[in-house]
Amino acid sequence: MSAFVQYTVQGLAAGGFYALAALGLAVIFGVLGVVNFSHGACYMLGAVAAAVLLDVLHVHFWVALAIVPVLLFLVGVLMERLLIRWLLRLDPLYNFLLTFGLSLILVDVVKRRYGVSGLPYERPAGMTGQVHLGGIGLPTYSVFVCLFSLLICGVVWVLLTKTRVGMIVRACTEDADRSRALGINVGRWVTPVFGFGIALAGLAGVMAAPFRAITADMGGNFVIILFAVVVIGGLGSILGAVAAGFLVGLVEAYGQAYAPTFAQVAIFVLMAGVVLFRPAGLFGRDETA
Amino acid sequence: MRSRKPAVLVAAAVCGCLALAGCGGGPSAAAGKFSDGKVVIGLLNDQSGVYKDVSGPNSKVAIQMAIDDYKAKYGAKAVAKTIEIVTADHQNKPDIANTKAQEMYDRQNADIILDVPTSSAALAVATVAKAKRKLFIDITAGTTALTGKSCNKYTYAWAYDTAMLAKGTGEAVVKNGGKSWSIVYPDYAFGQNMNKSFTEAVTGAGGTVQQSISTPFPNDNFATFITKAASTNPQVIGIMAAGGDLINFVKQYNQAGMQSKAQLAVGLMFITDIHSLGVDQFAGTSFTDPWYWNLDAQNKAWSDRFLAKTGTRPTFAHAGNYSAAMNYLEAVQAAGTDDADAVRKQLDGKKINDVFLRNGEVRSDHRVVHDVYLVKVKSKSQVTQPWDYEKIVATIPAADAFEPVSVDCKM
Repeated sequence: MSAFVQYTVQGLAAGGFYALAALGLAVIFGVLGVVNFSHGACYMLGAVAAAVLLDVLHVHFWVALAIVPVLLFLVGVLMERLLIRWLLRLDPLYNFLLTFGLSLILVDVVKRRYGVSGLPYERPAGMTGQVHLGGIGLPTYSVFVCLFSLLICGVVWVLLTKTRVGMIVRACTEDADRSRALGINVGRWVTPVFGFGIALAGLAGVMAAPFRAITADMGGNFVIILFAVVVIGGLGSILGAVAAGFLVGLVEAYGQAYAPTFAQVAIFVLMAGVVLFRPAGLFGRDETA
Repeated sequence: MRSRKPAVLVAAAVCGCLALAGCGGGPSAAAGKFSDGKVVIGLLNDQSGVYKDVSGPNSKVAIQMAIDDYKAKYGAKAVAKTIEIVTADHQNKPDIANTKAQEMYDRQNADIILDVPTSSAALAVATVAKAKRKLFIDITAGTTALTGKSCNKYTYAWAYDTAMLAKGTGEAVVKNGGKSWSIVYPDYAFGQNMNKSFTEAVTGAGGTVQQSISTPFPNDNFATFITKAASTNPQVIGIMAAGGDLINFVKQYNQAGMQSKAQLAVGLMFITDIHSLGVDQFAGTSFTDPWYWNLDAQNKAWSDRFLAKTGTRPTFAHAGNYSAAMNYLEAVQAAGTDDADAVRKQLDGKKINDVFLRNGEVRSDHRVVHDVYLVKVKSKSQVTQPWDYEKIVATIPAADAFEPVSVDCKM
């Protein structure tokens, strides 16, 4: 029983990363129709930025948690303004290839500058111990990751559902053409939304820094699972991305615990199942409906 | 008078011919001793991927240091007048390693290939070396097959192998009281090989392996595996992952508060791993190291030269590349040719003491045995200078460090 609870918390902690990053991916896809393959590289940039800030400017984890998403937001704005924007009118495949190329460039630039064996990162203060819940010891940091990503997802949820800005973004996500017809300047929202999506990937990266190896390649495997998450949740569905993020985290953890050989396959079997029976994803709306 | 003039001319002509023949004979004899008139050393390794920092481009610097030292040592007496290095990136893929090795031997006239991390790639190069009858010295790949069933006359294993790592760390940790183990290993050739070697070493020394847990490779989330490994309350948790996966594991191991619950033993660790994770996260971890830059004054002096050229301290792979290149050139000097079979005869059975090998000997199976070191990672407060991470706990003598000659090796 205690092991099961531990696996669950570990699954939810891993799911927290997926949920945050997939949320960014979903928002970007929703508003821009861009399948951002460079999301994994942006997640990596977030972690690298946190490590460099700590090393050079002695900016600690808690501060980096606030600063790095802002930096990544700016990176996202630049990417959108300089590159993505020019291909939006073309087939989505063009931007897919562009972001794929971008991720290769970003990874190689980081490799060239910081090598391949990774950057050191100290464990954040107050996050080294364990919390005890009913006699079961859980790593404080896992619990934090779990709760913090839930909190951020909640905040984004409120932002999108309860505010005017959110309503506009959602309208653009749901139906860009009709939003335009209603007088919303969809183009104006495109840049900040892209930046916001990238910032979420960066935030996931900062949270990964104390927890995972900070290397140029860290986003490679991550982005593949991320796409599985988005497909399971429903491409462009915000609630779907979050729910599927945690679901995939749990599937991965239980898989590793009870059938390790099939742990990674399990995620993609789940994806295949969802695509077979609910092609639009768990929370996506059927396009024919 | 008239009759003597032609005779002088004839004599002069004969002398001239002899002189010319003498001059001409020089280079043609040398060309017979040295294929294309020069020695070409091929460095085939990972120049851009996960093992780039472990060996990579800096191994070229190490080999160049060997060439400089060889020239300085022999000066005008050096038989190899022109020595070149050619490099290629095999991206850790055996098929690319195979093609690049053929290209190096055939088109670039490489007389020897050095390094080749990743066991499958090294085995591919060994096969090419055997077919082409050219030399190959493995430094960074750790498979025992190179000196076991895949051994051949032209292939040497210079630095370490998985059995040596297991013997060193496994036996020593058990003897120091770490009797019950959980082993976590990545599910591919290297990990399986390490798991087998460690299990044998631990049980052979009187310990028990409670469970061996396989993980996907590559993998960035080890939390569940750590919980599982800890579930039987072992005294030691052995991790056989390498590179980024090792760092992922150790970060999450510490995050889970395991540092105080079980001793961590690492199968294969490079000093770059400690550097990239930070010494405090690894503090107290035991592993076996074939070489350490700060072991003594000799190593330190060589490492200072390396540091001046590269800006970083050498790993054992860098020192191994230096040593292999230097001993190869010495063998060429002794043989007076770069002919692989002649050079091989100089290397076989050679006893070596240099900056990398202490009490080294090239065994009949071409395994180079030498003293290796059981080390513990220092705590942060014990570190007195950059890269000063390892405390030598024991020197494992060459005779005990490696497995005996394999019965599978038939040259």
